[in-house]
Amino acid sequence: MTLVQNFEIFAPKLIDRKEYFSPGHRACQGCGEVLALRIILKALGDDVVISNATGCMEIISTAYPQTAWEVPYIHVAFENAAAVGSGVEAALKALRRKGRIPDRYVKSVAIAGDGGTADIGLQALSGAMERGHDLMFVCLDNEAYMNTGIQRSSETPFMAATTTSPAGKEIKGQRTGKKNVPEIMVAHGVPYVATACPSYPIDLVNKVKKAKAVKGPSYLHVFSMCPTGWRCASEITIKLGKLVVETGVFPLYEVENGKYRLTMEMPKKLRPVEDYLKHQGRFRHLSDDDIKMVQKKVDYEIKKLMDKVNGLKGWDEK
Amino acid sequence: MGKRIGMEVGIAAAEAVALCNIDVAAVYPITPQSHIAEHMADIIHDGRIDAEFITVESEHSSISACAGASAAGARVYTATSSQGLMLMHEILPIVSAMRLPVVMGNANRAISGPLNIWNDHTDIMPQRDSGWICMFAENGQEVIDMTIQSFKIAEHPDVMLPIVLNIDGFQLTHMIEPLEFPSQAQVNKFLPPRKPFVALHPDNPISMGCFNMPDIFAESMKVKETALRNSKKTIMKIWKEWGKMFGRHYKPVETYKAKGAKTLILTMGSMGETASVAVDEMRKKGASVGLVKMRLWRPLPIEELRATIKGAKTLIVMDRAISFGGAGGPVATDIKSYLYQDMSRPKVVNYIMGLGGRDVAVDDFIAMTEKATKKKEDTFEFYGVRE
Repeated sequence: MTLVQNFEIFAPKLIDRKEYFSPGHRACQGCGEVLALRIILKALGDDVVISNATGCMEIISTAYPQTAWEVPYIHVAFENAAAVGSGVEAALKALRRKGRIPDRYVKSVAIAGDGGTADIGLQALSGAMERGHDLMFVCLDNEAYMNTGIQRSSETPFMAATTTSPAGKEIKGQRTGKKNVPEIMVAHGVPYVATACPSYPIDLVNKVKKAKAVKGPSYLHVFSMCPTGWRCASEITIKLGKLVVETGVFPLYEVENGKYRLTMEMPKKLRPVEDYLKHQGRFRHLSDDDIKMVQKKVDYEIKKLMDKVNGLKGWDEK
Repeated sequence: MGKRIGMEVGIAAAEAVALCNIDVAAVYPITPQSHIAEHMADIIHDGRIDAEFITVESEHSSISACAGASAAGARVYTATSSQGLMLMHEILPIVSAMRLPVVMGNANRAISGPLNIWNDHTDIMPQRDSGWICMFAENGQEVIDMTIQSFKIAEHPDVMLPIVLNIDGFQLTHMIEPLEFPSQAQVNKFLPPRKPFVALHPDNPISMGCFNMPDIFAESMKVKETALRNSKKTIMKIWKEWGKMFGRHYKPVETYKAKGAKTLILTMGSMGETASVAVDEMRKKGASVGLVKMRLWRPLPIEELRATIKGAKTLIVMDRAISFGGAGGPVATDIKSYLYQDMSRPKVVNYIMGLGGRDVAVDDFIAMTEKATKKKEDTFEFYGVRE
């Protein structure tokens, strides 16, 4: 049996064959973000309303009069996807209760990039999560403002070069690390928080399904490879997504009611970060000493996470 | 006439919203809108109406949540004021471009800086070009009536535009007035539940808020302009229907002793009440003075205004905002630009007054009118400012 035949038999059991995001959109070659989006929509199914922030996914999919969205979709502005999504959720709830729409559950899902989540959208996100809306929020994190031309965000990794954190003579790229939005969401008491990556599609699907099943707020932080913004070859997208997990730079985990759990077992010995960095032009300027600094930072973050995984009990555990 | 009860106007605004059986309210508190927000919360928390109450973390989110809820087919309400309205500014033209019916009460208050919480119209004027229907209420009864009318207008298939109802902060929101409420049955008859043209639902998946390339953007702007301009017809039709049902009649331009008057005073909002007393005083002394009250600010009812001011020698426009470094107050500037083409037009004198809660009393209207009639040229000036 060929590989393709194998896929034909087994894949439909794992993932919906139906496409909810039409081909023919304008995403760059090798875009990891649109791949993530395609998988997420497959996992969500029909009964959703999407509120999307301004950004790459909005701009590649909705040039009037065309749309790539096969599910109900609204885009209002950059910083307010969570607020729009909370309005959608409130309306669906009230209208269903009053018998003005069919009596079945429809999930409100807000989708934003890292800027629309961690920077300009953080206030609206915090508000929506604190209020406890039945809202699933997805951050598609490609680690900079790619849509406007690769400017740094608070999700740009340490030392990465962007157009506003260039590799200068004095300052070598981004001076800070990634803002830990999943942790901020846990601090809000969000019952389901997870990180994911489209290079691990089944893991992503499972997490989307879990997040959707929560009758309340849930948050998914999805690593989204961006060959254009990261200055790398478009055919290594999937490989990069694997390397970022294997090096521990972006660990895959979920937090259910405060209980941290790795969903991709951390190998005893992680690959060195260099394996991940070396493929990308945004890290081209890094010296051996710089790479050591990045490694140190990654080790520190891994330790912090493992302490939580091993030490923290869930909110409902005794 | 039904039974009149004494009630604060802000509370009455919330009661009027309750009569409209809204589905979603998203409100962030700000002085002097706060009584509306608080009373909306009371109504919904007591279960008097079946609605979702979203206590948002900012006005930017209140208008965004309203956009989402309206797009999903709900009847939505929000209220704000001043800085809150300024924070909404980014989203306002998106709501109108997406043709989302939203009704907003705005308790007019000065914008910073310096910080000032009192009444003028500097908050609504920067929103003038947002594509919203913009109205002014003069008293509490109008606040009740116009709030209910607004839902019907905004949701009408020939309109589908958001509406902001301006309610002068403190000077109107905090007044206790004798008010008459229509019965729930009457409102139900006048305003059935919303039937959206399209709504966000999986049974009919649509994309809303798609971006426009240069080849279509101008067309979108023209559509918005046409929709707003055409809305006047429907607004007047709905006002007529209201008049028949309740005996209170509404027009885009209201007048008081204006017929044949040589001098006309033009106001928007609660100031009209004081100005009408000034007109009476001046009339007693034999002056040919009348009052014009603009209820509709956008779309600007220029035909009605032209008909009203025909034959007058002087038109005194009272502006409670100013375009700094420009041609004066926004109301006068708009009217003057229309009248420029007219063969016979009155001299337009423009006063910038009543800023940041500064009282404008009957005597002030008399003083401004006497000064204006003596002026030779169209001018604008601040009134009553210490220099």
